[in-house]
Amino acid sequence: MNYLNTFFFGIYPYIALAVFVIGSVIRYDREQYTWKTGSSQLLESKKLKQGSRAFHIGIIMVLLGHFVGLLTPAEIWHVFGIEAGHKQLIAMTLGGVFGLICFYGLTILIKRRLFEPRIRATSSNMDIAILLLLYVQLILGLLSIFVSANHLDGAEMLLLMSWAQNIVTFDLTEATAAITQVHWIYKLHVALGMTLFVVFPFSRLVHIASVPVQYLSRNYQVVRSKS
Amino acid sequence: MKVRAQIGMVLNLDKCIGCHTCSITCKNVWTSREGVEYAWFNNVETKPGIGYPKEWENQSKWNGGWKRNSKGVLEPKQGNKRRLLANIFANPDLPEIDDYYEPFDFDYQHLHNAPDSKHQPVARPRSLITGQRMEKINWGPNWEEILGTEFSERKKDKNFDDVVQKDIYGQFEKTFMMYLPRLCEHCINPACVASCPSGAIYKREEDGIVLIDQDKCRGWRMCVSGCPYKKIYYNWKSGKSEKCIFCFPRIEAGQPTVCAETCVGRIRYLGVLLYDADRIEEVASVANEQDLYPAQLSMFLDPNDPEVIEAARKEGIPENWLESARQSPVYKMAIDWKVALPLHPEYRTLPMVWYIPPLSPIQSATEAGHVGMNGVIPDLKSLRIPMRYLANLLTAGDEKPVVRALERMIAMRAFKRSQQVDGVEDLDVLQQVGLSADQVEQMYRYMAIANYEDRFVIPTSHKSYAENAYDIKNGCGFSFGNGCSDGNNGVNLFGAKKATVKQIIPVEIKE
Repeated sequence: MNYLNTFFFGIYPYIALAVFVIGSVIRYDREQYTWKTGSSQLLESKKLKQGSRAFHIGIIMVLLGHFVGLLTPAEIWHVFGIEAGHKQLIAMTLGGVFGLICFYGLTILIKRRLFEPRIRATSSNMDIAILLLLYVQLILGLLSIFVSANHLDGAEMLLLMSWAQNIVTFDLTEATAAITQVHWIYKLHVALGMTLFVVFPFSRLVHIASVPVQYLSRNYQVVRSKS
Repeated sequence: MKVRAQIGMVLNLDKCIGCHTCSITCKNVWTSREGVEYAWFNNVETKPGIGYPKEWENQSKWNGGWKRNSKGVLEPKQGNKRRLLANIFANPDLPEIDDYYEPFDFDYQHLHNAPDSKHQPVARPRSLITGQRMEKINWGPNWEEILGTEFSERKKDKNFDDVVQKDIYGQFEKTFMMYLPRLCEHCINPACVASCPSGAIYKREEDGIVLIDQDKCRGWRMCVSGCPYKKIYYNWKSGKSEKCIFCFPRIEAGQPTVCAETCVGRIRYLGVLLYDADRIEEVASVANEQDLYPAQLSMFLDPNDPEVIEAARKEGIPENWLESARQSPVYKMAIDWKVALPLHPEYRTLPMVWYIPPLSPIQSATEAGHVGMNGVIPDLKSLRIPMRYLANLLTAGDEKPVVRALERMIAMRAFKRSQQVDGVEDLDVLQQVGLSADQVEQMYRYMAIANYEDRFVIPTSHKSYAENAYDIKNGCGFSFGNGCSDGNNGVNLFGAKKATVKQIIPVEIKE
C-alpha cells in the first residue's frame, strides 16, 4: 500500500501542479479564445440564478477556507491562541455551512445541465464532467465532517496541514508520511482535489484565474490605438 | 481640446422602404455561424413596436445605458462597479434567448423525402439550439413587420410615453408606421465598454469603432445588459460576446460598411466627425435629459476652423482624414443642417449613428381644410406620425429639433418644386426654416440625389503608420490567435469548438 501512498500523495500532487501551471500557461498563450466562463445564462436564466449564486458563494468560501486552513503553519495559529481542536471546530462549522450552500447550488446546476434540453444540447462533455467531479468532491468533503466529528482533538487535521505544507516545501517523504495515517475519506478527497488541478487547464475552470478585480480600479472607458 | 476623429453614420428614415437588404447582407457576412444565428448586428424594426429583443427600449425593465447618480456622476444603470461584480454569478438584467427568439431552420429535406400522402408535405420548423421540433415560432428580428401583431402588444413601445391618446393609433384609420434599421451606435460614451469587467471592449482611437477583443472576452456577459440598444450578442457556442464591427476591414480600406453599401434605398451615409474628447464626461452628464442632444452637438468640432485643424494635426490625425471631415455628409446632416438626430440620447451614451426623421402623410383632416398651414408648410401636428413619438425616439422627448428637421425637409421639397415646376425661387419658405438657397441645393444633392461619392466619404486608414510593415512580413494574416494554426487541427486539448462543425445535430423525429 505504501507505494500507492507515495504515488498519490507524494508524486501525483507535483504532476497535477505541473499540468495545472504549464497547461494554463499554454492555453492562455496559444488558445486564449477558449479562455472563458462558458456561461449559459442566455439559454436558461431562472434556474441559473437560483443555482449559480449559491454555488459560487459556497465554493469560494470553501476554497478560501481550504487554502488558509491548510497552508497557514500551526505556529501562526498558536500565536493567535487558536488550538487545533478549536480550529477544527471552526473548519467543520464554516466548511459545513458553506459546503451545504454550495451543495444546494450545485444540485440545481447539475439538474439544469442534464435535464434542460437547451443546456444539455449545447454542453460539452467537459462541462458535464466538471460539474459531476465537483459534486463528488463536495459530497466527500461534506461526509468527512462526520468523520471529523468522531475525534475533535484536531490531530488528523494537523496531519493534513502537515501534508499540504510539506508538499509546497517539496518535502514529499514527510508529506507522504503525514497523510498515510488519516482516514481514507480524506485521502480520497485529497486525491480528487489534485485531479481538479489536472483538469483545470482543460475545462471552463480557467475562468477562476480571470476574476476581474482590475475592473474596480480601471476607468470606465477603454480606448485602444492600432499603433 | 483633444481632437478625435470618428466615422459616423446617418440613416435617412424618410427614404427607408424596410426591405431588410442591410440585415440580410450583414447576416450573410458576419453572423451566419452556429452560436449567433439569433444575432442580427443589423436588423430593421417596424415602429411602433416593442422590437428585438422584446421591449429593448424599456430601460426600467432592462437597465441598459447610464444613469446620473445623486452626485451628478455617471454610472452604468445596471449598477456601479461593485454592484456589477456582485452580480457576476447571475446577471439579473440579461435577456434570455426567447427575448430575442429561438433560432430555427426548416426541415426542407422532408419536401423531398415525404412518402405519398393525402396532404401536401410541409417543411416544419426545428430549433437550432436543441435540434428538436419547434411547434410555434414566437418572435424574430422583425416580428412586427408592417404592423404585425396586435396593437395591445405593440403599444408597449416606450416611445408612446406621453403621446396623447395613444390608443387611437390602434385604429385602422389613424394608425402610422415607420421603419427603424438598427445597428451598434459606436457610441462616444459606450455603456458596454464601461460594463465589461475584463476590459475586453474598447473604442478605437483612430476611427471610433467599438470592438470586442475576442481573446480577452471572458464571457461575463455584462456588456449585453449594459448596452441600452441591446446590440451586443452572446455567442452561446464560443462563450464570447459579439457585436457589429462597423465592417472595420472595409472601412480601413475606404469602403462603406456592408449594410450601407447594399442599401437599395440609398439611405445610409458615412463620414468623419471630429469631436473634443476632453468634453465627453461633461456632455454625457448634463442634468436635463433634453439637453443631451444640444450638448452632444456642441461637442463636434468645425473641420474648417483653422484652430481645430491645428489641434487635430497635433493629435496626429492624418491629412486625408481632415479633408474627409470637411466633405463629411454626416457633418452636414447632423451638425450643419440639423436634420439628423441621435437615437435615444437619454441613454447618455452619445450615439454616433444618426437618424433623419421620416415625413408622413398629412391626415385627412388637413386635406379637408381643418388643419392650419404655415405658408406652404403644414402644421406638423397634422402628420400621421405624432411629433411626440419621434421626439421620444430621437431627442429625449424634445419636439423642437424634430419639428425643425421635418420642416427643413418639407421646405426643401417646396423650394425645389417651385424652382423646377414654376420656375421661381421660393426664398420665403427657406427663410421660414432658417436655410439659405445654397444650403438647400446641397441638401437636395445629398438627400434626394444621394450619389455614392456623396454618401460615402471614407478616408483609408494609414496602416503603414500604425504597423511596421517589415515586422509583419511573412505573418500568418488571419488566425485564431494560436500562432499560424488555421484552427483545423482535429483534436483540441482546450476544448475549442470548430466554427466549421455544427455542434447541434438535428434530432430524428417520428411523426
